[in-house]
Amino acid sequence: MEGRFGRDALRAAVEAPALDRELWRALGDAGFFALCVPEDAGGVGLGLPEAVLAFEEAGRVLLPGPAVATFLAAGDVEGAAAGETVVTAVEGELVPWLEEADVVRGDTDGAVPVRSVDPLTPLHRVPDAPNTSHDPHDPHDPYTPHDPHAPRTSAHVASLLRAAEQLGSATRTCESAVEHARTREQFGGPVGRFQAVQHLCADMLVRAELARVAVYAAAVTGDRLAAAGARLLADDAAVRNARDCLQVHGGMGFTWESDVHLHLKRAWVRAGLGAGARQAEEDLAAAL
Amino acid sequence: MDLTYTEEEESFRAGLRDWLADVLPALPAGPAPDDWPGRRAYDTGWQRMLYDAGYGEVHWDAAPTLRLIFLEETEKAGAPYVGANFVGLLHAGPTIAAEGTPEQRARWLPPVLRGDEVWCQGFSEPDAGSDLASLRTRAWRDGDCYVVSGSKIWTSHAEVADWCELLVRTTPVSAEVPKHRGITWLALPMDAAGITVRPLRTLAGSTEFAEVILDEVRVPVANRVGAEDDGWRVSMVTLSFERGTAFVGEVVACRRLLGELAGEARANGRWDDAALRRRLGRLSAEFTALWRLTQWNVSEARRTGGVPGTGGSVFKLRYSHARQELYDAAADVLGPGALDLERPWTLERLSALSYTIAAGTSQIQRNIVAERVLGLPKGR
Ligand SMILES: Cc1cc2nc3c(=O)[nH]c(=O)nc-3n(C[C@H](O)[C@H](O)[C@H](O)COP(=O)(O)OP(=O)(O)OC[C@H]3O[C@@H](n4cnc5c(N)ncnc54)[C@H](O)[C@@H]3O)c2cc1C
Repeated sequence: MEGRFGRDALRAAVEAPALDRELWRALGDAGFFALCVPEDAGGVGLGLPEAVLAFEEAGRVLLPGPAVATFLAAGDVEGAAAGETVVTAVEGELVPWLEEADVVRGDTDGAVPVRSVDPLTPLHRVPDAPNTSHDPHDPHDPYTPHDPHAPRTSAHVASLLRAAEQLGSATRTCESAVEHARTREQFGGPVGRFQAVQHLCADMLVRAELARVAVYAAAVTGDRLAAAGARLLADDAAVRNARDCLQVHGGMGFTWESDVHLHLKRAWVRAGLGAGARQAEEDLAAAL
Repeated sequence: MDLTYTEEEESFRAGLRDWLADVLPALPAGPAPDDWPGRRAYDTGWQRMLYDAGYGEVHWDAAPTLRLIFLEETEKAGAPYVGANFVGLLHAGPTIAAEGTPEQRARWLPPVLRGDEVWCQGFSEPDAGSDLASLRTRAWRDGDCYVVSGSKIWTSHAEVADWCELLVRTTPVSAEVPKHRGITWLALPMDAAGITVRPLRTLAGSTEFAEVILDEVRVPVANRVGAEDDGWRVSMVTLSFERGTAFVGEVVACRRLLGELAGEARANGRWDDAALRRRLGRLSAEFTALWRLTQWNVSEARRTGGVPGTGGSVFKLRYSHARQELYDAAADVLGPGALDLERPWTLERLSALSYTIAAGTSQIQRNIVAERVLGLPKGR
């Protein structure tokens, strides 16, 4: 993944945000979108646990584009698996990459553009989309409480794949903070020797590792409530690790040049897509 | 803690309220966030209005309570923020007022109060951030001038400033001279020959701060505030104003914002969420307490000759985090709208990410609290 979308590509994309169709086809060629498409249908034939690892890498490099929706469409939308057709979806009240995508799943009536906080994710808002965050029993809602073993829906898988991306980002910002703490010198030595900085880094690792087991386990069991929990932990890890990473970088972390803000803004966007965190909390609470 | 007001103070408050009700509705809309010349003009124009109405000197007023009343009323009424006048009014000015000669006060203070001159702060350097005393920008004497070479970084508003409060090294560090000695506080005219200002872009997309390169810039010796090599002590006065009192007006602004958040939540249905309501309630308690702490710090400062003490670090530490939590709660209220830069609060949420870094990071404030307030041994 880093070979296909490394740091230079990331910074170039920030300066000229657009959907990179060449990159998309390259991912298609590598089998990224077809990972879970059965072999007899021309796919790679792997399961959710492998998909989660791939999306973790995508989150780590901040891969731009509606990768989750395209991945989910790979079985039934012509050209999606090959990366020829770019598919996006209405995710809760938001639609990422609406204008750039070839196929949009869901009802985008009345969609209005949003000046997106994330320079690498154009967004539209569908103001009167069914608001899933208010009623946990809403029949449109992909999570139905009290029935953790109902068949998986694509919204459930989408949520888990996004959690995997959050995990990748949380891991990356933790590493970046540790690298900086080792090399940045103040008071005659690396700032990483200060307990205050060590504690920030330690907390980051704890968050990332907790999210990791939650995401991996939810992928293996396919359990909806496990996915809801994974999503909460991964959102928290991605957002808070990006913030602590910013803190460890000092003034440098507040600049546009640094990648930290790209992680934070994307983490905010991912956390805002699909059924809200509130929904996950309600589901978990309802199952108690 | 005395929370009652005298008759004189109450009449000051009433007069100010009337004046604000009069002038604010007629004020034009503010400039775009990244239009620095426009912002400078707007902010200094507001300062000029305050000056003409007799409120120009309120930041230096002998009675800190009047200053608190001023901050409380202007923020409550939604008056413009100090903006480009931040450094001049809230820490360079107060430093000159406390440490300058009568000539220096006469030269630099009135233009700040009238909104004629804008200041910036040249303390941090690429290799001297938290460890400010390790700064390396050199200054040596040449007749009645210092010649200054080096580079400063993260200098807010440098693009539009007339003056810079500059820390330089006048005596190199040696076995006899520790790093805290040998520093001098200078007022640098930003139009002097040899200054290059290179704007830096923040994560909020604006060029709010800059890198300032100094190449043999001549600064008159008369621009030195305090004695040569005594600048570290002077800079501590500056920082105690910056941390102790410069942000207090914003606490009132936060309380106003909380009210706006509750209004928005009631309108969009999020108010039905008990967890969110409780969160806003807790933040309200927090900002009320921070305002009390401010009142306490300001009345303490009166006892220490007008310079705020280490209580400022306690305030700054809690305030900067509370303010970030406030914008997180705002994001919760806005829902998906929080990802839209056109919505109010989204950009402010980004700007607030700097609060735990600028003016000394939270980790440094904790060190100060541990060592100077709690008396713990100097940490590693
Ligand atoms: C928006 C903004 C505006 C600014 N405006 C100005 C300005 O106008 N003028 C000016 O002079 N400066 C300004 N600054 C600079 C600011 O004061 C510095 O960024 C700050 O002091 C931190 O220094 P640094 O960035 O070099 O971080 P570093 O000192 O490199 O810190 C990196 C990390 O190490 C930690 N650390 C360092 N030392 C210790 C220690 N002893 N114990 C525990 N942890 C430690 C820090 O907390 C941080 O997490 C501004 C900064 C920002 C973000």
